[in-house]
Amino acid sequence: MPVTWSETFLAALKDNDVRLISYVPDNVLTPLIKGVTADNYFMPVNATREDEALGMVAGAFMGGMRGIVMMQTSGFALIANALASLIVPYQIPAIMVVSERGTIGEFNIGQVLVARTMRPVLDSIAVAHHTLTDPDTLHFVVDRSIKQAMLTQSPVVFILSPLLTGGNPAGPQ
Amino acid sequence: MAMSGNLKVLNRADLTKRLVGKLGQEAVVAGIGNANFDLYRAGHRAQNFYMLGSMGLACPIALGVALAQPERGVIALEGDGSLLMSLGCLATIATMKPRNLTLIVWDNGIYQITGRQPTATSYLTDIVAVARGAGIPNSEWVRDEAHFEGLIARGFAQGGPTLLAAKIDDKPGEIQPPRDPALVRNRFMKGLGNEKAAVLDG
Repeated sequence: MPVTWSETFLAALKDNDVRLISYVPDNVLTPLIKGVTADNYFMPVNATREDEALGMVAGAFMGGMRGIVMMQTSGFALIANALASLIVPYQIPAIMVVSERGTIGEFNIGQVLVARTMRPVLDSIAVAHHTLTDPDTLHFVVDRSIKQAMLTQSPVVFILSPLLTGGNPAGPQ
Repeated sequence: MAMSGNLKVLNRADLTKRLVGKLGQEAVVAGIGNANFDLYRAGHRAQNFYMLGSMGLACPIALGVALAQPERGVIALEGDGSLLMSLGCLATIATMKPRNLTLIVWDNGIYQITGRQPTATSYLTDIVAVARGAGIPNSEWVRDEAHFEGLIARGFAQGGPTLLAAKIDDKPGEIQPPRDPALVRNRFMKGLGNEKAAVLDG
């Protein structure tokens, strides 16, 4: 049985045939990235930018392979154009996971401000998002939301709260 | 070092037509503006994807298709201005080494559709040198029409990743594909053999 939040998250991806993992590295994402790198089921791709990663996942979906973009909040701020002109109008069920910087113990004011842009951007283009705080409901939320995304041709964003992950290990402890 | 200074200036619509004439089941992802206008003009194919916005993402989208369908040749058509916006994707493509991916760059040295402002390739930047530096050794300038036909005659399913760059003139595209993204996506998926996309068509 999976025990850590990252193992539970990756199990939900596997349960839904999400194989392409396109990511830009982040401290909090490290266990996810390690997990997908160690498991041949997944195809991890280190993208140079988050919009590039999103384009890749869009192409893979159209080609028949489900994928997810892994990024942190500042990376999310780079993808508004790709969301609004590619993912949403073309009705592509891109799966995204964002490790949430800028809250509950942030030390970098730049991260604090950029994090505040995330939910308003998502709400303004009606992209579903779920803030994950609880390991007990994590699998249910991720599993069902991926299924909903695929059944409704709509993207979904999972936001990894410090309440779930413990936050950035470089921050105040 | 690639030298683009003495190359023949070619025509995008003409080269696109020559390309489409050679294609079978290859997927083609065309970047915003004239790259996809001329692809549509060459005759719609079920395996064509026409972008609307998301400037710079033709190559990443094509990479995704190539990773999902490693047996199918996949081609990205991108302008110089668009590629300059996302040069990092060349490094990602070099790392992943998809043997079935070909990038074709139409380089006229201007942001043609926004008012003909010069791009960096009109000064010192050499797209082929950039691609080679990023780790795509199969990158070369197209010398003329016959050279282009010879390069694409090798096929697209293997030998990649490859980047072909052509110096082109400033003729704009003459017709535009329908701006119906859900339709474009659905037809593209059907063209790629996605059963769900085809189910209503029997």
